[in-house]
Amino acid sequence: MAVLRADVEICQGYANCVMAAPDLYDVDDDGTVVLLRTTVPDTERARVEEAVQGCPVSALSIEDE
Amino acid sequence: MTASLVVVGASLGGVRTAQALRRESYPGRIVLVGAEPHLPYDRPPLSKQYLAGRWTAERVSLLSAADAVDADIELRLGVAAEHLDLDRRQVVLADGERIGYDVVVLATGSCARPSPWAAPSGIHTLRTIDDSTALAADLAVDGPVVVIGAGFIGSEVTATARALGREVTIVDPLEAPLGRALGAQVGSLLADLHRRHGVATCFGTGVQSVVGRSGDLTVLLSDGKRLAAATVVVGIGACPNDAWLASSGLRIDDGVVCDEFCRAVGAQEVFAVGDVARWLHLGYGERCRVEHWTNAVDQAGHVARTIARPDHQRAYRPTEYVWTDQFDWRIQVVGRPARASGHHLVGTLGADSARAAVLYAEAGRFCAATVVNWPKALVGCRRLLADGTSIDDAVRRIEDLAGAPGRPSPRGS
Repeated sequence: MAVLRADVEICQGYANCVMAAPDLYDVDDDGTVVLLRTTVPDTERARVEEAVQGCPVSALSIEDE
Repeated sequence: MTASLVVVGASLGGVRTAQALRRESYPGRIVLVGAEPHLPYDRPPLSKQYLAGRWTAERVSLLSAADAVDADIELRLGVAAEHLDLDRRQVVLADGERIGYDVVVLATGSCARPSPWAAPSGIHTLRTIDDSTALAADLAVDGPVVVIGAGFIGSEVTATARALGREVTIVDPLEAPLGRALGAQVGSLLADLHRRHGVATCFGTGVQSVVGRSGDLTVLLSDGKRLAAATVVVGIGACPNDAWLASSGLRIDDGVVCDEFCRAVGAQEVFAVGDVARWLHLGYGERCRVEHWTNAVDQAGHVARTIARPDHQRAYRPTEYVWTDQFDWRIQVVGRPARASGHHLVGTLGADSARAAVLYAEAGRFCAATVVNWPKALVGCRRLLADGTSIDDAVRRIEDLAGAPGRPSPRGS
């Protein structure tokens, strides 16, 4: 399993993650990222990495469980 | 023998291409060539957080040496590519080294359009981290700053210099900042934003000359006005770094001319991404070149998939997205407002509080949006644009987000 992390202090609400993986990420009314899931199976890791690398301020990361 | 791929340009687009290829399980060798000696870094902070001294060089890193080792990406930094030999399939570097490839991705980005005004010192353009470091040193010294050009870079540098306490004058031959990108009406609101923060503005005025040296410059405007400046920043656009390809035989026309898959026309094994790529956008029905951060990332991912997966041959037709932070406004733009024939304002863009979305229409369709300080509306607009919808539906949906109907502004921007 891969564990999703989001640093709400760093997030600036660019919302690239929401466009890349709308089932995993959303933003709240203040524009701060919200994780819709906290883990994903390793088979989905590639698309999570794509969303992580699409964050302009590197607020997202992924860890191995 | 395993395949070999060379990415030319340690830019955002180049780094993300290499990373995306590994994500797509590309099995071959990947070499990333960069002209600058620095490890790859990110550019948006260079006019904002890094320029202001709030972020370090480490914070703007895109790929550390350890990241490169982990991803099995070979780095060749500090040496520019000088020639692309299509017949031998080799990239020729300035030091004479030839690197063979099966596939090459051109990601050499763009450079700041050179200043037509010269002085021994004190005139800056801004593109690289070294540019930003040098400008930061001059901005640290008290004295008036003149910014020539009110596009993204000029507007952001103005806001940063003002926040550092400098007196700033911004000059542009157009009547409003970012007028080319956002239209005159939104541009005029941005002019007000600058003035509210104590910036002197000279719009609708060109620059005749700049004389003097660092600390004692004079900018002569075309209306005869003279501005004293300790530091001058010239932000008048960018030019694609394609001159090194002139000898390759590739078709170059303000960028590398590519098909809808971002493959160089006439060269199956050559792709281009980011600022240097002029590809056929089927959604617009024309070739275009996009200098935005998100495009470099998206295009890199798309090209990596096209290379790594023979079954993934899809046209690249993104909806553009760019942001700019100026004073207390975060401005996010999706689509191309310049193509619009009319617009609606939802929310308010007042002096005290700005939270709004400007929705642009082209032939009754929702085609673009400019969003200020309203992330939820940004997400809504990006989704609506991806889905394709009428302007009336789009306005209704964004008004629903606001909880109250906004006042439509007059048509015709």
